[in-house]
Amino acid sequence: MTARQPQHGQEPLIEIRNLTKAFGDNQVLRGFNLQLFAGENVVILGKSGSGKSVLIKCLIRLMEPDGGDIQVLGKSILGLDQGALDRVRTEVGFLFQGSALYDSMTVRENLRFPLRRHPERAQGVGEEQLILASLRSVGLEHAIDLMPAELSGGMKRRVALARTLILKPRIILYDEPTTGLDPITANEIIQLMLKLQEELGTTALIITHDMDCARVISNRVIILYDGINYAEGTYADLSRSEDPKVRAFFKDVNQRHHASI
Amino acid sequence: MLAAVRKSVGEVSSSLTGLLGEIGRLSAFTGRFLRSALSRPFEGRELIYQCYAIGYHSLFLVVATGFIMGLVLTLQLRPTMTDFGAVSFMPDMVGIAFVREIGPMVTALICAGKIGSGIGAELGSMRVTEQIDAMEVSGTNPFRFLVVTRVWACILMLPLLVIAADAVGLLGSYFIESTRGQVSLALYFNRAFSAMAMGDIIPATVKTFFFGLVIGVVGCYRGYYSNKGTAGVGIAANSAVVISSLLLFLVDFIAVLIADIFYEI
Repeated sequence: MTARQPQHGQEPLIEIRNLTKAFGDNQVLRGFNLQLFAGENVVILGKSGSGKSVLIKCLIRLMEPDGGDIQVLGKSILGLDQGALDRVRTEVGFLFQGSALYDSMTVRENLRFPLRRHPERAQGVGEEQLILASLRSVGLEHAIDLMPAELSGGMKRRVALARTLILKPRIILYDEPTTGLDPITANEIIQLMLKLQEELGTTALIITHDMDCARVISNRVIILYDGINYAEGTYADLSRSEDPKVRAFFKDVNQRHHASI
Repeated sequence: MLAAVRKSVGEVSSSLTGLLGEIGRLSAFTGRFLRSALSRPFEGRELIYQCYAIGYHSLFLVVATGFIMGLVLTLQLRPTMTDFGAVSFMPDMVGIAFVREIGPMVTALICAGKIGSGIGAELGSMRVTEQIDAMEVSGTNPFRFLVVTRVWACILMLPLLVIAADAVGLLGSYFIESTRGQVSLALYFNRAFSAMAMGDIIPATVKTFFFGLVIGVVGCYRGYYSNKGTAGVGIAANSAVVISSLLLFLVDFIAVLIADIFYEI
């Protein structure tokens, strides 16, 4: 399965302009720009500590940026009050790197939690039916009464994905979706992300340093380097780049590719 | 020598600034709780669960400690009371001591250790594993769900736990007295309660609500803003106990001062 083609020529679903963020003397983002269009899978590549997670957390105001503007679904989220921000957040799903399942709740209760706060999302379907359908879509219907501690890393990631999807968001932000998983499980998660995107028509922004994930899932890749969007293009374009900083990302992948030939 | 003095002054100044900053942040957190405490939406289901988790799960420890305190207090008091020929005043003495001070303070300190550290560790762990962030991005206010419910549960449950500790403490005292002479349970309790005035009961009960507030707010504050990493969880739990224990003595002192004005105790 490959990534769905984006619908350019429309208003972007997310637009980031000149975003800056510093922690003390450490200037992490120095004027980052991004446009994310409907149907796109944009991957942001960057070294550890380059500010990828900071960027994605600023996008939904889990962190407050120092400067710049973030438009989500046509609204500048930096000026929104809590109620309006919560409404925008229901349209933007977030898959956390560590899954972030509520460990005192069963899988069912984890999925029920966002639904109870937004019952309008279950209207006409029924809460239990929606939970079951969501779990079925990630292949974990049988795990409904298990506690998160009883799940493997891959299963946790799937349940977290089901919980993210249950509110039917238009955009999904993935924070390192394959980190910490073995290659087979990581590939299963990537295929699941593609399948769900195909079925639900969501748009995705994926933060990763997993080159296989970037290759399979991306329509467009942005390299975050020194706090700015240093390079941008398709995976194939960037993998042929002569720029040493861009080449550094693709070095291992190209070496593996040549070795396999 | 001068450099060493400067260094020490610098360290003291830095510690003092840190302490004042912490007091400011804790006050702001308490203010946020008070603003959210009575406004909608209420997380009623979670509040009931927290009352059960905090109240019921602490009951055995509080009751056991109260009973032992009743035994010990009576055994310690008996020789002195005998010397003064005042053994018949034992129920009055133990009753007032328990209701005014021993019951509330011992229960509050036990709850600071058990409940405060539990809340600090739980919320700290949720912060570290991004569960609090996950609630926020799903459009839920984690402060209302996690903090307001837990602090309310502490405020509501602590007075009940103190009443249980007081009653069982008196029972422990009766147990010792019954082994030393003929005294009925009804008479013992009747003597204890008839010795008490409103000035003993009302201030002691009112202060337990504030004890609950202190335990809940400090535990939640330390957990909610704990540092990342597993060490942060341990620090959150530990500091929740230390800070709330100190504050409990301070609140107790203020409560006694105020009670003294109104009731001339």
